Amino acid sequence: MPTITDAQFEALFNPRGVLIAGASTHPGKFGFVSLHNLLASGYQGKVFATNRDGAEVLGVQSVADVADLPDGEIDLVFVCTPASYNPELLRAVAAKGVKAAFLTSAGYGEAGEEGRKAQDELIALAESLGVLIAGPNGQGVVSTPADLCAQIVAPYPPAGGIGVASQSGNFVSSFMNWSTQTGVGISRAVSAGNAAMVTVPDYLGWYAGDDATRVGLAYLEGITDGRAVYDAFRGITPDMPLVVVKGGATAGGAKAAASHTGSLAADDKVFDGAMRQAGVNRAATVEEAFDAAATFATQPLPKGNRVVVMTTAGGWGVVTADAIHESSLDLIDLPEDLTSAIDEHLPPRWSRNNPVDLAGGETRDTVPTVMRLIAEHPDVDAVIYLGLGIQHNQGRMMERGRFYPDHGLERIVAYHERQDRRFAEAAAEISADTGKPILCATELATADPENAGPKAIRESGRLCYGSGNRAVTALDHLWRYVSWRRRHLDD
Amino acid sequence: MPPVPTLSEAESKVRLAAHGVPFLPEHDVTDVDAAVAAADELGYPVVAKLNGDAIAHKTERGLVRLGLADAGAVRVAATELLAAATPDDGDVSVLVAPMVRSNREFICGVATDEQFGPTVLLGVGGILAEAIADVSLRLAPITRADAEDMIDDLATQALLGDFRGEAAVDRDQLIDVLLGLSAAVTDDASIRSIDLNPILIHDGAPVAVDALVEVA
Repeated sequence: MPTITDAQFEALFNPRGVLIAGASTHPGKFGFVSLHNLLASGYQGKVFATNRDGAEVLGVQSVADVADLPDGEIDLVFVCTPASYNPELLRAVAAKGVKAAFLTSAGYGEAGEEGRKAQDELIALAESLGVLIAGPNGQGVVSTPADLCAQIVAPYPPAGGIGVASQSGNFVSSFMNWSTQTGVGISRAVSAGNAAMVTVPDYLGWYAGDDATRVGLAYLEGITDGRAVYDAFRGITPDMPLVVVKGGATAGGAKAAASHTGSLAADDKVFDGAMRQAGVNRAATVEEAFDAAATFATQPLPKGNRVVVMTTAGGWGVVTADAIHESSLDLIDLPEDLTSAIDEHLPPRWSRNNPVDLAGGETRDTVPTVMRLIAEHPDVDAVIYLGLGIQHNQGRMMERGRFYPDHGLERIVAYHERQDRRFAEAAAEISADTGKPILCATELATADPENAGPKAIRESGRLCYGSGNRAVTALDHLWRYVSWRRRHLDD
Repeated sequence: MPPVPTLSEAESKVRLAAHGVPFLPEHDVTDVDAAVAAADELGYPVVAKLNGDAIAHKTERGLVRLGLADAGAVRVAATELLAAATPDDGDVSVLVAPMVRSNREFICGVATDEQFGPTVLLGVGGILAEAIADVSLRLAPITRADAEDMIDDLATQALLGDFRGEAAVDRDQLIDVLLGLSAAVTDDASIRSIDLNPILIHDGAPVAVDALVEVA
């Protein structure tokens, strides 16, 4: 396999100009949708299109013949044409200076013996022409630093630090939908399709050196060379955390018959061990994977595992404490000086223990003040805050009720809204000041995204966790990565 | 015959010891008198086992005699074991080894995965091992840090500490076992799999009382 050059990856993720090959006037066709998505997402480079009849599509005057396109202005071709036409297309665009091609076209490796042959021939041709082939049979590529949305599906996510590479295009969409919902943005995202030339580990390897990407997020299935995947990942994790979720069993499994060890070494145990060895954060579900990646992308890495939970109500704290006991994190006993310091700001009924249960004793400044006391304490490495949004939740009900805005409701609703916004902003600010992770969790993140608490977290670019358990799982991923670095890299 | 050739217990141990896997002192003898002399030298109680290239499942065939307390018991056991050999077993001998008692068992080994190649395994052993499936694997070769991770990975951490009156497992010695297995499979390409089963804990030290190497 030839090495894919940085210039080729640049052509894919930061193209100066894009050609949609096979643009269509029919809004149901991929050749229309891809041009639409490219134009609608604000791509700033030059956009070109080919169409059999040279038709105008979405205001772009297409050409019927690639020869009529300018030289040296197009880096990336997005291919919606049938497989049979693609060799001719590839030669023509390479002559125009194109260095990368994303192929949505089906009918290749996924389509039996003939398809595999066509795929092998196409890759050999592309290699001889110096063109990177992404796909074929993939959904597309997204690159927010380039305002690039070259794909046959939605959405176009906000910009951020998560780099996605997936063997399933649908999971690229899933991750980007969560990005859109949570506000935690994406740097690059690519659906590897048949991965005929460029594999998921190849994309992640490029992300590791990409300034826009802080964490890799990958979906894998059907691994055919486990050792190569391990080697690639082990090369990436010193530079960039990597969150992986895997579907399906590996293709291996034949074990020496007389060996007891062999019968214990089930496929998933081998994969799991290889990922741990490589310093990869493996997630059990795609939701957990996104939460973990979003946390890597937006929170500082913890310097230790000592956690304090701060809650406005008992039950949330108890369940979150249970989750911490099941993790690699440590729910510390509150240091005496911290307990005394908090005493100054809460009525005597507060928990005086970890979780710090405010017991409804809050006045205007209690939440930010106590949060700062906890986070600044040298024996605390991370904080989980539960109960954001309660005040504005009541405010939102008052606002919708029939008594609003009379009876003093207008004023109190505005106060509740301000308070929850303040708490969310305080969490981000104190985290930045102390360099410690502070994770806010409330189901209002999804139950009422317009609540001022989760809304302000979204605007801060951080993740509002759907529950205390999800915050614990995400923080646990960060700590396990830090632990791996310390043991294996002498950090 | 198994599909992959196996080495005798004695030869398996010799091969692995050359790569740093620690074993107890033991004697590989071919007659009854030598067995008694070996037991006298080791001190009682001892274990006697029939040893041979084609003998992979000794326990199932009743070819392991435990807790032999004196010379008379060794003489009887060695006589019976040699008499139990069948022509299919080929050349056989008797292994005489110190008797180790332990309330907990581990398993260490090497298995070759089609996708990932040779792997090193550490697991909780004993008759429930496969039902419990508390194992940790890494791809060979492993580092000392990998071996430490493997020990930390086990869910049943209580078995590694002080346990039912026995000392805690000496982590460094367990790490040496894992590193020795890794070195063996890395240096010797003919090795397909290794079983150290069971590994008993004797005064905190992990002791492999049986070894089985499969070669290509």
